[in-house]
Amino acid sequence: MTSLACYLLVSALLFSIGLAGALTRRNAILVLVGIELMLNAANLNFIAFWRYGPNPEALTGIMFAIFAIGIAAAEAAVGLALIISIYRHYKTTNLDQIKSMRG
Amino acid sequence: MTLPFFILSVLTIVGAAAALTLRNLVHCVLALMLAFVGLAGLYLQLDAQFLGFAQILVYIGAVAILIVFAILLTRGVASPLESIVSPSWSISGIVSVVVFGVMAWAIRSSVAVRHSIPPQPEVTVKQIGHALMSGFALPLEVIGLLLTAALVGAVTIAMQDKREIK
Repeated sequence: MTSLACYLLVSALLFSIGLAGALTRRNAILVLVGIELMLNAANLNFIAFWRYGPNPEALTGIMFAIFAIGIAAAEAAVGLALIISIYRHYKTTNLDQIKSMRG
Repeated sequence: MTLPFFILSVLTIVGAAAALTLRNLVHCVLALMLAFVGLAGLYLQLDAQFLGFAQILVYIGAVAILIVFAILLTRGVASPLESIVSPSWSISGIVSVVVFGVMAWAIRSSVAVRHSIPPQPEVTVKQIGHALMSGFALPLEVIGLLLTAALVGAVTIAMQDKREIK
């Protein structure tokens, strides 16, 4: 059987990839994708700890992950709306060219 | 480590790495979908069936499509000619590697991961529904309010300004 450490390592690797992407990519949409990957890594941790915890019948880990998925969906909607609004103003999604909040 | 876990984790990691390294944005989203499929499979491996299917519905069905729409609306389909990473990418890379190193070290040296797996819990969708309607009723209402506010806010932000149209 797979041990808890394997799941946690996969989750840590996923988080690091998301962090690297969010910090390095120039396109605002891909920064948002990196943040989504980090949220998913956290969800995987919740589920792994729930499954390997002493009483999985309590359902707390599943509930936490469900609410995290809902919040991630809301965050994606607002973030993409902001990116579209910024694109309309600056005609670019390149983060290095967006230098001021009030054009 | 079992074979299904290995395949699913490789799928997830490769998908995530491809999503953040490819040049073409549409290819990035397709790779992201692959990573989400792998994660849903990992949830199924962990006996969280409801969450696995919720992951497929919400992420592949909604979030990925939303990102595709954002890419098409911002004309990001054409691959950019200039570099796709920001000038300070080496520092960011070092930060990510250090973060992974610290987390991996903490996981390897932790005593909490030495537990053996408890027997498979009997978690049905009915139980989840009961829990959502009894103990977790208040958080459910709050997240409903949050989603409504976020969607109304997203529409308001993305709505074309009337002065711009004229």
